[in-house]
Amino acid sequence: MLIFSVFKTLTDQRVTVELKNDLSITGTLKSVDQFLNIRLDAIEVLDQARHPHMMAVKNCFIRGSVVRYVQLPSEHVDTQLLEDATRREAANSNKQR
Amino acid sequence: MDASPGIQEPFDLIRLSLSERVFVKLRGDRELTGILHAYDGHMNLILSDVEETIMIVDAQDGASSAQGVVNVAKRKLEMLFVRGDGVILVSPPSRT
Repeated sequence: MLIFSVFKTLTDQRVTVELKNDLSITGTLKSVDQFLNIRLDAIEVLDQARHPHMMAVKNCFIRGSVVRYVQLPSEHVDTQLLEDATRREAANSNKQR
Repeated sequence: MDASPGIQEPFDLIRLSLSERVFVKLRGDRELTGILHAYDGHMNLILSDVEETIMIVDAQDGASSAQGVVNVAKRKLEMLFVRGDGVILVSPPSRT
């Protein structure tokens, strides 16, 4: 849930999603769900020459399970807040068991 | 649960590495080092100041299958979300 919240705070930012098939797509993050499925608008494929079939695609939905990395805009990530939230979530999940 | 500090479960090791530089081994002959800022139960991670190392093994022609040239590609990334299903291990490198 924590990471889901992080992505929600990053909507309308430019992110680069690297897929497990090595395709890298930069786009504007429009929405995200609990599975970390991602919708991107105004996309650009990093290596156009290697993926010519992606040239006509302007926006897309990416299934969460095929994502390897997402490069985030570091100026929009509050690292201190993240660490506190992570500790809080870890403490909560310990309590439940 | 006992309130004593220290390590009771594996995830505690990762929790104590928050805001420290960690080493992450991933599927597909990839390794990362970066400062850990967040994780969850899937081992999804958020790291900053990341260096990624990709090992590319090219099998040499005529050589036995065990031999090959290992090419290492490195790149740096500012802030990175890593999906947990690719993670093999997380370790605080300074303590190894």
